[in-house]
Amino acid sequence: MVTSIDGEVARAWQAAAAVVDPEVPVLTIEDLGVLRSVTVTGDTARAAITPTYSGCPAVDAIRCDVADALRGAGYRDVSVDVVLAPAWSTDWMTDAGKHKLRAYGIAPPSGRAAHSGPVPIALSVRCPRCGSLSTREIAHFGSTSCKALYECSACLEPFDYFKVH
Amino acid sequence: MSATRTADDVHGDIHRDVHGDIHGDVHVDAVELDPELVGAGGADADHDVAQYAQWLGDDALVLAQRLGAWISRAPELEEDIALGNIALDLVGQARSLLHHAGTADGRSEDDLAYFRDETEFRSSWLVEQPNGDFAATIARQLVASTYMHELYARLQHASEPTLAAIAAKAVLEVAYHRDHAVQWTLRLGDGTDESRRRMVAGLDAVWPYVDELFADTPLIDRLGDRAVRPSTLREPVLAALRDVLRQAGLAEPDLPPAPCGGRAGRHSEYLGYILAEMQVLARQHPGASW
Repeated sequence: MVTSIDGEVARAWQAAAAVVDPEVPVLTIEDLGVLRSVTVTGDTARAAITPTYSGCPAVDAIRCDVADALRGAGYRDVSVDVVLAPAWSTDWMTDAGKHKLRAYGIAPPSGRAAHSGPVPIALSVRCPRCGSLSTREIAHFGSTSCKALYECSACLEPFDYFKVH
Repeated sequence: MSATRTADDVHGDIHRDVHGDIHGDVHVDAVELDPELVGAGGADADHDVAQYAQWLGDDALVLAQRLGAWISRAPELEEDIALGNIALDLVGQARSLLHHAGTADGRSEDDLAYFRDETEFRSSWLVEQPNGDFAATIARQLVASTYMHELYARLQHASEPTLAAIAAKAVLEVAYHRDHAVQWTLRLGDGTDESRRRMVAGLDAVWPYVDELFADTPLIDRLGDRAVRPSTLREPVLAALRDVLRQAGLAEPDLPPAPCGGRAGRHSEYLGYILAEMQVLARQHPGASW
């Protein structure tokens, strides 16, 4: 059977895209916008990923998992590049990813990242448990670099917020 | 035959260059996980760029080591996590910068972090300054993050592509660090008499080391538009700091600059202790991985 080039690269993309973030395991790296490109040449597959934050410890694990996924898809020669430019932004997160985050109990990023200058107003973050907009930030830095810690004034539960970046 | 699929093909509304050809290939091996080789493959730094990358990388690394000492010591749990998160961002920035520096002469980021002596470090005296109390740390953070934010905001437009890419990533992170420091400066400066006294003391302790951040050297002349000229940062950084101090009801310290020589490898007595703690494990077990 002859596989077209597009079909072949789509197959490799799907293998890499299914890798999940080790810190937020409901999200795939495609949901996050971390998977940047996949190239296939014969039995060589090469993927490019981008870190969410410079010091994100998940990047090494993701690189390993992408390489394993491509090997598992049958590619013998596999490499994973890490690219910094253009810098990752939560604007790249898919709507499906945001929906999955909310269902998981993490408030998805609200609004879009500011590309020039600070945004001087604080947008309300909706509680992922009860939906209330009456929430407040407890800490700017949460359990990982990409999250902040919030508390809901309606249901009184604390929750993580995947902050706009 | 080869074919490429990019995130742009999948998410058609994002129009960006995702080929990233300045960042060459990184081979992933199941046994040995090299760090992210940002800038590898045809993007080696020359000697001057390497020196400049060490200025910035060493600043980030030493400040990260200082902030890491707060973990389990901060006044509240959230601050432990915040200072730890900030340190983690800085370590990530230091890794990218020192990796790039190392491409000039074949050294790894670990070689540069763990196997250089005090006189080979190019960090500024500001980041070496002791943690002091929480207000002193916040004062140092206010100055450091304001400086880094202005620096990276400009460096992302530099003509050296790897430095520009690292800066474009770092500027977003440093903006959060700065916001954190500003909020605490406002709270401490405009808080109780005691918090204000400590914030004033913290600012007095770091202010003499601000001037060094804006010193040009012959290296900067050689780098031209591949780097950011430190003296051009003086006015915007000081203006931003004065604005925060005014809001916090604090006066700008009236203190003369200290004689610093960090960019030339002359350091205060503090750096040796920081490096001893940071480097001891790697030097006792050369080649170990963890």
